[in-house]
Amino acid sequence: MTMLRRITRHPLFWPVFALVVLIVVNTISRPSFLSITVKDGGLYGSLIDILRNSSQLMLVSLGMTLVIATRGIDLSVGAVLAVSGAVSLTIIGSSDTPGDLGTVTVAILTGLLVTLVLGIWNGFLVSVVKIQPIIATLLLMFAGRGIAMLITKGQITTITSDPYRYLASGHLLGLPVAFLIAIVVVVLVSLVVRRTALGMLLEAVGINPEASRLAGVQSRGIIWMVYALSGVLAGLAGILYSSNIMAADANNAGLNIELDAILAVVIGGTSLMGGKFSISGTVVGVLVIQTLTTSITFLGVPPAVTPLFKALVVIVICLVQSQKARDMLFSRRRHRTAAPAAVVAEAETEAVAR
Amino acid sequence: MSVQTAPALPFEDRSVLTRVKSAASAWLPVLAALAILILMLVAGQLYFGDFVSPRLISALFDNNPYLIVLAIGMTFVIITGGIDLSVGSVIAFSGLLGAQLFAAGLPAVIVLPLMVLSGTVIGVIIGVMVAVFDIQPFIASLAGMFLARGLAYVTSLKSLPIKDDALNWLLGESWGAGGWYVTPGVVLALVLVAVATWMLHYTRFGRTVYAVGGGEQSARLMGLAVDRTKFLVYVISGTCAGIGGVLFASYTQSGNPLAGLGMELQAIAAVVIGGTILTGGSGYMIGSLVGVLVYGLIQIAITYMSVDSWWTYIVIGIMLLVFVVFQRALSARRGG
Repeated sequence: MTMLRRITRHPLFWPVFALVVLIVVNTISRPSFLSITVKDGGLYGSLIDILRNSSQLMLVSLGMTLVIATRGIDLSVGAVLAVSGAVSLTIIGSSDTPGDLGTVTVAILTGLLVTLVLGIWNGFLVSVVKIQPIIATLLLMFAGRGIAMLITKGQITTITSDPYRYLASGHLLGLPVAFLIAIVVVVLVSLVVRRTALGMLLEAVGINPEASRLAGVQSRGIIWMVYALSGVLAGLAGILYSSNIMAADANNAGLNIELDAILAVVIGGTSLMGGKFSISGTVVGVLVIQTLTTSITFLGVPPAVTPLFKALVVIVICLVQSQKARDMLFSRRRHRTAAPAAVVAEAETEAVAR
Repeated sequence: MSVQTAPALPFEDRSVLTRVKSAASAWLPVLAALAILILMLVAGQLYFGDFVSPRLISALFDNNPYLIVLAIGMTFVIITGGIDLSVGSVIAFSGLLGAQLFAAGLPAVIVLPLMVLSGTVIGVIIGVMVAVFDIQPFIASLAGMFLARGLAYVTSLKSLPIKDDALNWLLGESWGAGGWYVTPGVVLALVLVAVATWMLHYTRFGRTVYAVGGGEQSARLMGLAVDRTKFLVYVISGTCAGIGGVLFASYTQSGNPLAGLGMELQAIAAVVIGGTILTGGSGYMIGSLVGVLVYGLIQIAITYMSVDSWWTYIVIGIMLLVFVVFQRALSARRGG
């Protein structure tokens, strides 16, 4: 009983539970969901697809987690993603040797550099000018797509370049390169954040900016850095996106990805009020969202219903996480039964399953 | 754009002076937006030669009546310190619902109220999540956004034409003389602005809206109905979005599952340009109207200059930046 309670109390319990439910539902409806085949030295299958497709959202959500930990938000990631794709593809497209490794490297680095500048701009507005994060990043959310279209001159630039394609479509050690890139970045950032005092400082800034400043935390520099990082990560996601479709689409690249990222962060248990954050939670959150999207197509549900599905999931997860909803359930049950926790767990299970 | 320095007054009159000064500084963002609007009109006139005309002024209103209505609801929500991301999707849902109901042969007397009501329902859902369950407005309205867009897709995946005289009359009919013209839809939007101004500035509900945005804890301690007010602003915003859906359907004469994409951002931008501060507690309804007009004028100017339409985004971004920095400087000075 106590063991069970300890497991259900773990912050990652509900997101992991949701993920398992999704996988089980998929497997029951089509057992081939779990099958993985080896072809040309790479693994293929629905699960591998989920990993591959989750890489962009993973990178964006990672940056978003750290931004949210400082009590901020970055709405510009979708637009930044579009900019980096536009920059890289325009460089490759206008080069005489699009297949050359050097050209591709220059293109990628330039794309990342531009997004670093955009991230620094966001950080400047938030940490120095002290504009609210939501509005500071809203500016770039608006202007960013305009900038991306300016770069591509309003057209959808398409290219052919094998090294560039490899990023999204290639395999390394059997796994998709895109996924490996995302995981390496996640591990690196986690190590930097958790093995140094940086993570603690981030949480301090998020929990009480004023108190942490008085305690001698350089909150300005930390906030600035977090937005810069979020910009670069969105830029990297943009390179993966454009490598996947081999085209720079300023209108549709990263459309609404900021919402999915925020959702992933919230599902992972990081509060939008800032403070404590969980990178592992975000990773699970991303996988939940990606599995949900995949299962909708896999189960033969028309893709049109995706937003409806998402809405229900968001509402249920929010209610499960809402302290007030729990209080209501608790106080109602306490009058009637002696073991409230078990009953509530059951009720919540029903809610999630639905 | 600076506060005028009044001549030194005797000591006992200082309270009046401070009151005038504080009123002036609260109105400053709105006046700034108005100044920008006039400046743009003057600049346009000088640059194009033949820019300002009765036709242009009328078109400013006529191009975006639905945006005016969305901005009304958004102003209430933002003054309480919240945000409503669902309004663009509600436009799509409301329009498609109308298209389906009209196709089923129902008369406009039944269909139009139902279209408005569809927005109200989404607003109620968001309001309950925010006010009862304490879910952050951003996330709650995000859920509302997905919900409305999903319902729109479920209603129809294709654009549906609407052939109804009453609906087409709203923006199809126009009254006017000598170049000036006005459509029933614009009149409706302006009447709503008037009603909303009254609600916000002259009723107990309106004062509570400001109080909640100014400091929720203080408002609660003063015994104000904080939760009810928070709930109601989302219902108002949803209803406005429903009305916006009717106007948009009349504008396009169709229902479209992709209608209103990103329109929530346009509404937020218009409200912010109009001087309402996103942290809540400060702003004017009339400012949001000016904000929509500035937005509309930028669109028209971009068309006039015949440069590519994506410049609109960049110009709006720059304009938002200018306004936000300006407001920031203002509040920094006021707050000390």
